[in-house]
Amino acid sequence: MKILKSIALSGLAFAIAGSMFLTSCGGSGNGSKADSSANNDNNSLMGAGSSFDNPLFSKMFSEYDKANGVKVNYQSIGSGGGIKGLTDKTVDFGASDAPLTDDQAKAMSGPAIHIPVTAGAVVLSYNVPELKDTLMLTPEVIAKIFLGDIKKWNDPAIQSINKGAKLPATDIVVAHRADASGTSNIFTTYLTKVNKDWETKVGKGSSVSWPAGIGGKGNEGVAGTIKQTPGAIGYIELAYAIQNTMAYAKVQNKAGKFITPSIASVTAAADIDIPADGKVSLTNTDAPEGYPISGLSWVLIYQEQKYNNRAADKATKMVKLIQWMIHDGQQYSGALNYAPLSAKAVAVGDALLKTATYDGKPILQ
Amino acid sequence: MATSVNNELLTRPDTTSGRVISSSKLPDEVKGTTRVRRSHRQIRTENVFRRTLTIVGLVMVVLVLGIMITLVVQSMPSIRSLGAAYLWGKTWDPVKDVYGALPFLIGTILTSFLALAISIPFSFSVAIFLGEYYPKGWFSDLLKNTVELIAAVPSVIYGFWGLAVLVPIVRSFESSIGANSIGYGIFSSSLILAVMIIPYAASLGRSMIQMVPANLKEGAYALGATRWEVIRSVILPYTKSGLFAGVLLSLGRALGETMAVTMVIGNTSIMPTSIFSTGNTMASVIANELPEADKTIYNSALIELGLVLFLVTVAINMIGKRVISRFTNE
Repeated sequence: MKILKSIALSGLAFAIAGSMFLTSCGGSGNGSKADSSANNDNNSLMGAGSSFDNPLFSKMFSEYDKANGVKVNYQSIGSGGGIKGLTDKTVDFGASDAPLTDDQAKAMSGPAIHIPVTAGAVVLSYNVPELKDTLMLTPEVIAKIFLGDIKKWNDPAIQSINKGAKLPATDIVVAHRADASGTSNIFTTYLTKVNKDWETKVGKGSSVSWPAGIGGKGNEGVAGTIKQTPGAIGYIELAYAIQNTMAYAKVQNKAGKFITPSIASVTAAADIDIPADGKVSLTNTDAPEGYPISGLSWVLIYQEQKYNNRAADKATKMVKLIQWMIHDGQQYSGALNYAPLSAKAVAVGDALLKTATYDGKPILQ
Repeated sequence: MATSVNNELLTRPDTTSGRVISSSKLPDEVKGTTRVRRSHRQIRTENVFRRTLTIVGLVMVVLVLGIMITLVVQSMPSIRSLGAAYLWGKTWDPVKDVYGALPFLIGTILTSFLALAISIPFSFSVAIFLGEYYPKGWFSDLLKNTVELIAAVPSVIYGFWGLAVLVPIVRSFESSIGANSIGYGIFSSSLILAVMIIPYAASLGRSMIQMVPANLKEGAYALGATRWEVIRSVILPYTKSGLFAGVLLSLGRALGETMAVTMVIGNTSIMPTSIFSTGNTMASVIANELPEADKTIYNSALIELGLVLFLVTVAINMIGKRVISRFTNE
């Protein structure tokens, strides 16, 4: 009897909470409807996703607004959030540092297209005061350091690559990202490609179970750990490392060359044959001058743009915006330490944009 | 119930309140009675006010229940597929979909209780100093405001200070005692947390100590007790439930703190082996991983972490309430 009563009570509470939840949903639903009707002037677009893209996008969108009078509201909530927003159709486009997984693609109501929009790199920054020259690393050694197998800086494996360099006997302190991030995704994708042990023990993802080291929050958290801790090594975005003048290692690429990460070597990494769907990982690139830990970032849109009563005008404006981003918009990359797209990537992007349709008809002629 | 309240309002003897209709303005036949009539508007205002309070109170209850139900419902996928093993699993691997919350549970409890142990001597000292020795004067005002300011500083600032100042100090301390010298870890985050939670126990303790009746203390002094003896055998026994409530408040703050902890704890999902090793807390795992948790089961495992944190907090609060009531009944 008592149990029945408590069940009835919890049921009642549930009903109340549920109805509150529904009303709040209804409220937000109305809110988003109001938003989209506000958007129905067709001169403002909503985007969400990758925080890596945000500084570049802010610059691009402000320039685009000046020239064309189209406002873009971009929310830098992380790639996963952007994909979710596009799946729920709360945004006009998403931006992601990783292509859609099969599960994510299945969750969407229609096929989405991936347009490469910029490229970035992940660099290995270190704090070894005794070391005068730039550290050189091979994929094998990077994987072993991050697996916790190489524990000292004067390990023969590191010493044999850096001949003549004076390496101290200090412990290696590995620093990695604690928050889920596209940076971690690029780095772990690279390690998964180049090292079998890493593939079986850890794998790839925006957050993984790190076998060694300490986690910092954001690029600044990892960078702070590296700067403060003698013997530390960690991975951060290239742009962040350049802006904060941090030391970073040359990494041996597939062709066997030790490449200094730079805007030029990242653009070179993207100078490969990109498949027609634009979905390619630049990690461990075949390009002989390319830096191996690079990655593309994509803008995601639905291929069929007629959904949720969107106006044809709006769909056209959005496709034109993306077209501008991969052509004229690229001039803003260099100043912000992003790598401009290679000509091959732009060509693939153009071809992909032509497949975007409104009510079955191509948007771009 | 409602009518009886109204009657009471109607028949309450007149007071000098200006809102009451003056009896001289009433018709003759009413004059001379001891009862004063409230206007309908006054009665309605009373009822509306009382109902508003009831509704606000109910909303609070529904809100907490709603949060709990949301947590339970959203963590259902993870509860179903992982079961109770979730609580004692030691591996947290989003890539392979293995979720065990034990390292984070241990991390949360270890940091919070260690922080509490470090903070109690300070908060009780401040409370006794301000409550008993120097309740007035410029220095006690300064100390009181400073301690209260500690609670007002945003936690990200503590995190930043911890990262820039505390971690290097802890690192050199650790290497001098031969522990692993990273600086980040449970010990650093407990130190940060200890500073952050001092004001809660200190302010409550201070006001409790100031409320000890003077005649009790005077009695003790009259019997020849020294100040220390008065504190030990009159003030502390009299205020222990209040002091304990302050400690409980501090603990609640420590359990839920996210930002400052995540910046100095090292964020590793491995079981902590000592207080100097790195670790992670439930709150900081949620904050770090929820934004990109795109798989249903991953998302749900993180929400279940929130549910566990919620239940731990509720359990500690209930135990605390029991302890307080036992103290008071003595």
